[in-house]
Amino acid sequence: MIPYFLIAPSLLFLGVLFLVPLVQTIALAFQVHGAWTTANFTTMADDINFHDAIVDTFAIVAIAVPLQLVLALGMAMMLRNLGRGRDIVLWIWSIPLGISDLAAGLVWLAILTDQGFLNTILLKLGLVSGPVSWLSYETPTALLIGIAFAELWRATAIVLVILVAGVQMLPKEYNEAADVFGASPWQRFIRITLPLLKPSIQTALILRTVLAFEMFAIVQAIGGRNFPVIVGEAFTWQYTNQNFGVAAAYAVVVMLVSLAATLVYLRALRTPREQIG
Amino acid sequence: MADIRINQIRKSFGLAVALESIDLHIADGEFLALLGPSGCGKTTLLRIIAGLETQTSGAVFIGGQDVSALPPRKRGLAMVFQNYAVFPHMKVRDNVAFGLTMAGADQARIQRQVDRTAALLHIEPYLDRYPAQLSGGQRQRVAVARALAVEPAVLLMDEPLSNLDALLRLEMRAELKSVLQSAGTTTVYVTHDQTEAMGLADRIAVLHAGRISQIGLPDTIYRHPATKFVGGFVGSPPMNFLTLPCQEGKVHLGSLTLHAPSSAPTVVLGIRAEDIDFADSGVLFTVRVAEPLGVHTLLTGTVEGQLVRVTAAPDARPVAGETLMIRPRQDRITWLAADTGHALEPQ
Amino acid sequence: MKRSLYLAGVTMLCAWTLVPIYFLALGALGGRDLVNTFPKPFWPGSASLSTIRDFLAIDGVTAATIASVETACLCMLFSLVLGLPAGYALARFSFRGANAYRLLILLTRAFPVAILALPLTVGFIRLGVYDTPLGVSLVHTALALPFAVLVSSSLFQAVPRELEEAAWVFGCSKFQAARRIVLPLALPGIAAIAIFAFVISWNEVFAASVLTVRHRTLTAYLLTVLSESPLHVQFAGGFVLILPTVAFIYVVRKHLFAMWGISNR
Repeated sequence: MIPYFLIAPSLLFLGVLFLVPLVQTIALAFQVHGAWTTANFTTMADDINFHDAIVDTFAIVAIAVPLQLVLALGMAMMLRNLGRGRDIVLWIWSIPLGISDLAAGLVWLAILTDQGFLNTILLKLGLVSGPVSWLSYETPTALLIGIAFAELWRATAIVLVILVAGVQMLPKEYNEAADVFGASPWQRFIRITLPLLKPSIQTALILRTVLAFEMFAIVQAIGGRNFPVIVGEAFTWQYTNQNFGVAAAYAVVVMLVSLAATLVYLRALRTPREQIG
Repeated sequence: MADIRINQIRKSFGLAVALESIDLHIADGEFLALLGPSGCGKTTLLRIIAGLETQTSGAVFIGGQDVSALPPRKRGLAMVFQNYAVFPHMKVRDNVAFGLTMAGADQARIQRQVDRTAALLHIEPYLDRYPAQLSGGQRQRVAVARALAVEPAVLLMDEPLSNLDALLRLEMRAELKSVLQSAGTTTVYVTHDQTEAMGLADRIAVLHAGRISQIGLPDTIYRHPATKFVGGFVGSPPMNFLTLPCQEGKVHLGSLTLHAPSSAPTVVLGIRAEDIDFADSGVLFTVRVAEPLGVHTLLTGTVEGQLVRVTAAPDARPVAGETLMIRPRQDRITWLAADTGHALEPQ
Repeated sequence: MKRSLYLAGVTMLCAWTLVPIYFLALGALGGRDLVNTFPKPFWPGSASLSTIRDFLAIDGVTAATIASVETACLCMLFSLVLGLPAGYALARFSFRGANAYRLLILLTRAFPVAILALPLTVGFIRLGVYDTPLGVSLVHTALALPFAVLVSSSLFQAVPRELEEAAWVFGCSKFQAARRIVLPLALPGIAAIAIFAFVISWNEVFAASVLTVRHRTLTAYLLTVLSESPLHVQFAGGFVLILPTVAFIYVVRKHLFAMWGISNR
């Protein structure tokens, strides 16, 4: 009986503060003034920003997440070979974990803004003659890249930490055996380390992708309304327009997209039972 | 096929010295066991030969070539690890083929070698399974097959049987010996189990605290240990050691007068439990404990206050406190210096 | 050669992480003039807290900071109170539904925050916790709870069961043994969980923005004034946001890594 008493409070709490809002959101999305309808979705789809929000969000995710995976893998491998100083480097690389996405946005705003540090560097290098606007409405590509870069900076640590933990759990004998039997460092990485890291990569990708589709504050800080994203639109509809229904519709979109991505990862990166050493 | 030469290998981790200066030559086709207790440096030495650890100083030659600076994959070796290190995400077949695949061998040769070694190690029924579906013993065979498939110049084995249960260990030991004898590969085998070393090796190198205490044929090591440590480590039960006063080379033991090749005031007499006879004259042995072990009865007791073990007939049942007259077989005595523990040469 | 290339890569990546933060610090601590100069200097002419002081003097900022602290502390408290017992249950008992419970906990983190905060607006208004640190902390707790449960579970598992059993043999009740033996031994890790819960709450933006109007947390405040405020406010605000959490993360870094499963090798 005891364990059930111990988990009951948390279960109750999550039930009320997670499951209930979950159901409520879906309900809100399909209701207007109490009547069941898909009108919210129509309003959402017809909105001028809807198309951009979808495209922009997916663009950032498509650019940032794969890059982050590759970068984090490289960083995890680098850490493995580091002797002294590994702790310090690991700490430095995981500092972004403690940084709010809003703060991260502000950091990169300081760099990318018209009178910011990027333009300063470019000016000093002689590549531009005056401040260049990177974040304006007229430079959507530059804005996209700027935000993608900021996301890369902010969230690689999340993937890194999960991968480092996974790499640590690999018995070093596998790598040594591969080495003795003729595999070069690259071959060892591709044939031994990477396949054995599949579970960690799966976890990291699921977590990272779900968080990526939620991106909000970092975009607000850097791009403002020049760069609509799904959650940003949800926020505007809820808070500014006071239209809970359409906001909920956007929320449902995020939910479905996250769910779909999770299922794709679960399928594509699953390790068959007989391969679990 | 290659010989191994180890020159003045020294390994220290900061201030701790794992290997003092090690010199060793392993002939082409020889099976050498590195035997010693945990922490003696035997695994470190093996890993240095493999290239998985770098020595602090000294050189390793394989087949006459200095491989000291080469990474493991360029040394022409194969290795069997203590925890097998069989890749869990590959089928057994791909595991066995791994070394050949890395070397770029053609499919026909790979197929041939895989089939051949699988037959040798009796793992043909498992070729299309994954290691997780096999038992420990089966995985060990896969590891050995993988090593033999590449037909290496040198085979290294790091306590390959220590994770198996006692009965399986016995079976695998015999199988290993048969398989490796027919292959004729130069083998270096690390173990802490002296029975394994005695059973498998052409020569044994006993290591203790980073040094080679003795190297020689199993029989020599057993009969004529070079140090007290070797005598105590090899053989079960360990050799008996009696510290006795010595006067101008004469040692009195009960009613016996023995001659020791030493002018020191004390000397150590080493004698194995099975080399002690029961006789009418000799020295008194007081029984403390009698253990009937089936093959013989092991008696533990004291001679002149010092601990001695003697083997008796399987049906002997002396009681605690009983006294028996024993005498050591003179030609089986090893005399050792009391201060250094080294065996004394007959003068 | 290869080694120096590799070390150069490591250094570059460290710089990539640290330099942007340095720039923000520069903007926040370099005095009023630095913010408006262009091109920007890479080294502060005169370090000055004036920008930060100005920021804190702005109407509503101090209140927002206090609100953030309150919210984060409440989140920390709730996460521990709800999470530690559950973690203990998972560690010490094998009961039917344990795996289902674990899965549910994991599942919550696979869902976006957005869904929680939106409908809760209505519910919170009715309950009277809309626009309060308490309300926001409830959502934050929902975010931090899975983490608290799973990490404390592995923490408790690391305390050998024999110690508790010895305590039982020598007269402690189960609750006493848990309190006197397990808790102290797991304390460093628990402290780290608490701090991480604090950090999660302090940094959270969306829910805090949706669920507050007049009693905003610092993140909600900064979000709303973002477009209208001058640059130096944004810099100072970002700096104030970052500083405590980075400091905290440094303090608990050893436990943080242990929590994620990274050991010191």
